[in-house]
Amino acid sequence: MKNILLTTVAVTLTATLAMADGHSVVRMGTEGAYPPWNFINDAGEVDGFERELGDELCARAELTCEWVTNEWDSIIPNLVSGNYDTIIAGMSITAERDEVIDFTQGYTLPDPSAYAATSADVDVEGGTIATQTNTIHASFVAEQGWDLLEFATPEETIAAVKNGEADAVLADKSYLADVVGQDSELVFLEREELLGGGVGMGVRESDTELKAKFDAAIDSMKADGSLNALITKWEIGDTF
Amino acid sequence: MFSFCTDPSTLPDWQWMACYLTTTKHMSLYTSVFTVLFLLAVTAPAALAFGFAGASAARSQIAPLAWVGKGYIAIVRGVPDIAFFLFFVIALDQGIEYLRHSALCPDWSEPVRQGNDFVVCQAAKMPLGNAPQWMHEAYGFTLAVVTFAIVFGAFAANVLYGAMRAVPRAQLETAEAYGMSPRQIFWRVLVPQMWVYALPGLSNLWMVLIKATPLLFLLGVEDLVYWARELGGIKTPRFTDYPHGDWRMWYFLALLVFYLAFTRVSELALDRLMLRLTHGQATTAGEAQRKAAA
Repeated sequence: MKNILLTTVAVTLTATLAMADGHSVVRMGTEGAYPPWNFINDAGEVDGFERELGDELCARAELTCEWVTNEWDSIIPNLVSGNYDTIIAGMSITAERDEVIDFTQGYTLPDPSAYAATSADVDVEGGTIATQTNTIHASFVAEQGWDLLEFATPEETIAAVKNGEADAVLADKSYLADVVGQDSELVFLEREELLGGGVGMGVRESDTELKAKFDAAIDSMKADGSLNALITKWEIGDTF
Repeated sequence: MFSFCTDPSTLPDWQWMACYLTTTKHMSLYTSVFTVLFLLAVTAPAALAFGFAGASAARSQIAPLAWVGKGYIAIVRGVPDIAFFLFFVIALDQGIEYLRHSALCPDWSEPVRQGNDFVVCQAAKMPLGNAPQWMHEAYGFTLAVVTFAIVFGAFAANVLYGAMRAVPRAQLETAEAYGMSPRQIFWRVLVPQMWVYALPGLSNLWMVLIKATPLLFLLGVEDLVYWARELGGIKTPRFTDYPHGDWRMWYFLALLVFYLAFTRVSELALDRLMLRLTHGQATTAGEAQRKAAA
């Protein structure tokens, strides 16, 4: 009798442990300030390319997902300490970031980064370039040794160019396209840079199971063309 | 919100504005006002309690207790707020989760620290991974209150420590002459009389606390300044029904008016409090009050 009881306890314990192991809810961390990738819509909800993509990936991987916004600056530390389980925020896969977190395979191709300025004949090498902090663009400008002005949000980089604080802004072309299209003051420069290894979803290095699930889901979306359809719909860049 | 809001691009200005200001997103801005007010309402007494405990400890006759009190005041006052908020909150959060992990998952064999990752079993998560978002926000909010209370408590402790020493020695001596015990002197003479010396310092702290609330966003709680920045940013027609240019200036102007009005009201309230505390005190202001009444 005692044995049966003990076994039952052991079984229940293992069962709860096994359940505890997987994610009952996957919390998706994003920035919410980078249209068309991710932004907050009029209803105050996360919207954009990555919202649609993330929801579809979760459906395919049979996960329940919840969206959380976090400031770009502290987006990696908060993932690592477990406040959410993925970063899906237009984050390019770089070797530097890969040392701290893991990435799923890319869900976009490397997108050329573009410069926007108030006139087309700005010399970027001699000028001051505005970028968002902790981005591939910021590290690129720093590596070149040009004058760099960093801002916490993408929004502020645009404002800096418009008020003359910076000569040009370097960012993903997909983000700048809409801003430049709407604003008669801003133009694209001819020069573009090919940075980063495409955008992927960030997960904790210890979270291999979740990474595998999302990798498989991205594979299936690549295979049936639904990923390309989303990329085209949100004007993200080249399709696979 | 209003029935005419279905197609904002065709609306005349005032109707457009009425619709714009009542979008669900704007409602989040309005709610965040209450988040900030609520934070202040909870944090101020908590910080005062920390300050009182710190000051009482610092002037204790028992040496180790005095060291703890003085150490607390010195260390916390010396660390930059933002460092405290980034480091301490994560440490506190991980500390809580580690304790829960040790208690709830004794069979767990993997290390808690795996490279950069902090991994505890799902049952030890604070709040649980499957808890609704509001629980996460409430938890972040609680961490914020604790952190604010500790930081501002240290400053308050220093103010109260000084105030306790400012109470005239003659008052305490009189109490001693009446045969009061040290405990009675502390609670019946020292504490009631010290507030008048503490209030100017405490009111400074209150003003600083009001303005420090945007630090909330570091903890994932979306505060007033976050929403002002988000709503004020350039919006293009592709992503919203209410496109507009860079309106951050207007939003921040509204914030400025809000904070200015708020601090002004606080000032008035503090002035009245000062008037009451001065009443009957052996200070210049107390004496002036007595003469005016006579």
